[in-house]
Amino acid sequence: MLAYAARRLVILPLSLFLVVMVTFVVLRLTGNPVDIFLDVTSTPEQVAALTEKLHLDEPIPVQFLIFLRDLVQGDFGQSLQFNEPALQTVLQRLGGTLQLAGTGLLLAIVLGVTLGLVCAVWRDRLADLVISSLAVAGQSMPSFWLGILLIQLFALNLGWLPTSGAGGWRHIILPAITLATILLPNIVLITRASVLEMSGEQFVIAARAKGLSRLRVLLTHVLPVSLNPLLSFLGIQIGTLMGGSIITETIFAWPGVGRLMLTSISNRDVPVVEAGVLVIAIGIALTNLAVDLLQMLIDPRIRRH
Amino acid sequence: MSATTLRPRRPLFGKGFKMTLGGGIVLGAVLLAIFAPLVAPYDPYQQSLSMRMKPPAWMAGGSPAHWLGTDAYGRDLLSRLIYGSRLSILVGVASMLFSCLLGSAAGLVAGYKGGRWEQVIMRFADAQMAFPDILLAILMVAALGGSAVNLIFVLGVSRWMIYARVVFNLTRSLRQRPFVEAATLYGASDRYVIWRHLLPQMVPVLTVVSTLQVAQMVLQETALSYLGLGLPAPTATWGNILSEGSSRLFVAPWIANLAGLAIIILVWGINMFGNGLREHVDPKSRLAPR
Repeated sequence: MLAYAARRLVILPLSLFLVVMVTFVVLRLTGNPVDIFLDVTSTPEQVAALTEKLHLDEPIPVQFLIFLRDLVQGDFGQSLQFNEPALQTVLQRLGGTLQLAGTGLLLAIVLGVTLGLVCAVWRDRLADLVISSLAVAGQSMPSFWLGILLIQLFALNLGWLPTSGAGGWRHIILPAITLATILLPNIVLITRASVLEMSGEQFVIAARAKGLSRLRVLLTHVLPVSLNPLLSFLGIQIGTLMGGSIITETIFAWPGVGRLMLTSISNRDVPVVEAGVLVIAIGIALTNLAVDLLQMLIDPRIRRH
Repeated sequence: MSATTLRPRRPLFGKGFKMTLGGGIVLGAVLLAIFAPLVAPYDPYQQSLSMRMKPPAWMAGGSPAHWLGTDAYGRDLLSRLIYGSRLSILVGVASMLFSCLLGSAAGLVAGYKGGRWEQVIMRFADAQMAFPDILLAILMVAALGGSAVNLIFVLGVSRWMIYARVVFNLTRSLRQRPFVEAATLYGASDRYVIWRHLLPQMVPVLTVVSTLQVAQMVLQETALSYLGLGLPAPTATWGNILSEGSSRLFVAPWIANLAGLAIIILVWGINMFGNGLREHVDPKSRLAPR
């Protein structure tokens, strides 16, 4: 298992290099940052200075090499919007995103697994029908509209919760619910399907034959192995969660990496975008690795070496 | 477990019901989009200062002249939603077709050629799978600019790997089947094997995946519009209407909500139809996630 983890960590820089290169090329297509950061009244000297500072006068492959050289030293350059090191700008907001994504993910898993279990146990009864139908409706829900509906109901009409921003625990409730709902429907459906599938396995029938109660079998024998497909799904969906975070942070003006990326892209703040993309990619890759290792721990049948 | 000991009940919502209901909604939306000029009561771009932000007819202050009310420029909301369906459906279907074409071709090459092709294509697909597709789309729209053609391109590129994985796995398993081996032994060309033996086998699965992907594409397009990266402002798209409405929630909540309702009805219809279709193709998969 350790050898497997080590091998995965060795391949990691390769895929990160791919991500960095694609981002770099795409960003160079977005037009000249100099035009956006200096207005029409700026002197040719100012233009020349910024152009030289960003190495925009070099051919693109050379620019990329310079960029890589600095990157290896952890230097993404100065943020054009905030005039501070770009990596620092990103890391400052990482906490906000982790807080939001963590809360949303936890909410989605706890609620989703519970509802999925309810569906599986009372399969094709009223509860299953209602929850499953709601799950399919949830898959069709644009998350930003859900956020807007929550704001209307709980912030504008009832006045219970703040509309946006960050502060106390009351600020995170609506964004976390919005983000959780992106993953929730699929978690319910996967848990349902996988519990139903596992219920037919030999070891479940054996456990029942031993005289264990249904609930006991469900919670100690069926549920743990049923979590595996869910973990595979969550591993793939970490990217979706991050994407959902961009939208959620925008709706609720939540100070996180997602909203920073959006504003930095529209402001052509190239260093911040590069740093942000790399931080996000590393985070996703490490989460994926953790999910794989967790799966091996839970289910001995898939232990690789 | 009750699930194993009891005979499964016949589901209340069978595949026929889902396909009829979902298909009906989709057909209705497509017809509205095609015949928009005949159905819409007003020109969706015609502004009227005296009729700004009128609520829908059933609310206090609404008038039967504008069933769903008007927006901040006095434009008829019903007409804008009807016209908006055109772009949402067009972009959704076209980007699905583009990503299906791109991904299937890549998956076919990777699965059929194997070796280095497989390594390069499938590793790239894996890498992109882990990266947020909406972030990639935002980056690309920022680079290319928001026009319908660019949106279709960007959305297609951001989700090609879903098809690549499906087609890759199918190609690999089909290649080992006797009828494909027999055709190869008889001296059939690669092209013949691919067109006559591999692709026809993939049509059912690809149809299901593509149908459900249209729903995802419609959602992605509206999300991009909401973030201000969709088609430029006056254009009537559902995402634009929702986005404009969301800045006026205090005074005119119906603008955002009716656009949201339009989106969820269409996407739900597509999902319903797709789920029914999947149960038809693969009866074991009832209500499995995407």
